[in-house]
Amino acid sequence: MSEHVLPKRVYYTIFAVLMLSTYLTVQMAFIDLGRFNTVAALAIAIFKATLVVLFFMHVKYSSRLTWAVVLSGVFWLGILLVLTMSDYLTRPWLTFG
Amino acid sequence: MSPDGAITAGAHDIDPVHRVADDLDEVRHGALAHQFDNLEQQREAATLGMWAFLVTEVLFFGVLFAVYGLYRMWYPEAFTAASHELHLWLGTVNTAVLITSSLTMALAVHAAQTGERRQLLTFLVLTMILGAAFLGIKGYEYYSGFVENHLPGPRFQFEAEHFQHAQIFFSLYFIMTGLHAVHMIIGLAVMAVMLWLSWRGTISPEYYNPIEISGLYWHFVDIVWIFLFPLLYLIGRHA
Repeated sequence: MSEHVLPKRVYYTIFAVLMLSTYLTVQMAFIDLGRFNTVAALAIAIFKATLVVLFFMHVKYSSRLTWAVVLSGVFWLGILLVLTMSDYLTRPWLTFG
Repeated sequence: MSPDGAITAGAHDIDPVHRVADDLDEVRHGALAHQFDNLEQQREAATLGMWAFLVTEVLFFGVLFAVYGLYRMWYPEAFTAASHELHLWLGTVNTAVLITSSLTMALAVHAAQTGERRQLLTFLVLTMILGAAFLGIKGYEYYSGFVENHLPGPRFQFEAEHFQHAQIFFSLYFIMTGLHAVHMIIGLAVMAVMLWLSWRGTISPEYYNPIEISGLYWHFVDIVWIFLFPLLYLIGRHA
């Protein structure tokens, strides 16, 4: 078998980073950054999710076909969000009569 | 599935490349389904299938996140006020509990890969305990939300200014965390089956697909919470 057995310390390291990020995201919520509070919260969440996908879910060591499927998920989610928002958020631009 | 000891026959004879690569004369592994050439191909197919399912799950939850995004952009003040009513420390503790359960899950998969049966069983049980703890805390939050009249409907109470729009926030809160909790319950059921398979000795370093792909599901549910937590609990906490 040629699968990758990661050393345990990789999991412990990722776990520590995830916990630290959680602490950080809570702390940052109490600082007034204006609109950037949401941006920061989402950036940290995306960072955490990426770590989970790459290491806990082993995608970093998976085949290119698996990579393609994972990225297609992100891509379709992007279509869902971008097209929905580009509709709703531009509706006020058009005022007829 | 071919029974233990069955010899591969037929199909490979027309393909000389496979004959070399596939150890035709080897005895097939008991867990190897007949449509696969070898365990590695079977594992690859299982992982891919699970990911295909998870992509549909991403879109399933994605719609709710889109709805959340829209209403939050339309009613930012109401969302901030309503978010402040949630118990931040309970949400934070639950985030830590779930991340820890992802660690124990990852370690369970590791134990399955290296064939450490005792560790595999221990980490599966720990994962289930942490998952149940998450649901317990979530249940307490639902209970307090109910007592504080935050459940949208006739009993809903909120400051008059945001009465309508806060109900939208709490509807999304209960639907999104509720759907997440349903996934957790399914995850616990899946883990119970994995515990049974591991106890029976079905899982080995050659065949651990069930643990691996159950882990993928568990981590996915963790990721959903990683997004739910800041979006629901952390809006405008500085205000």
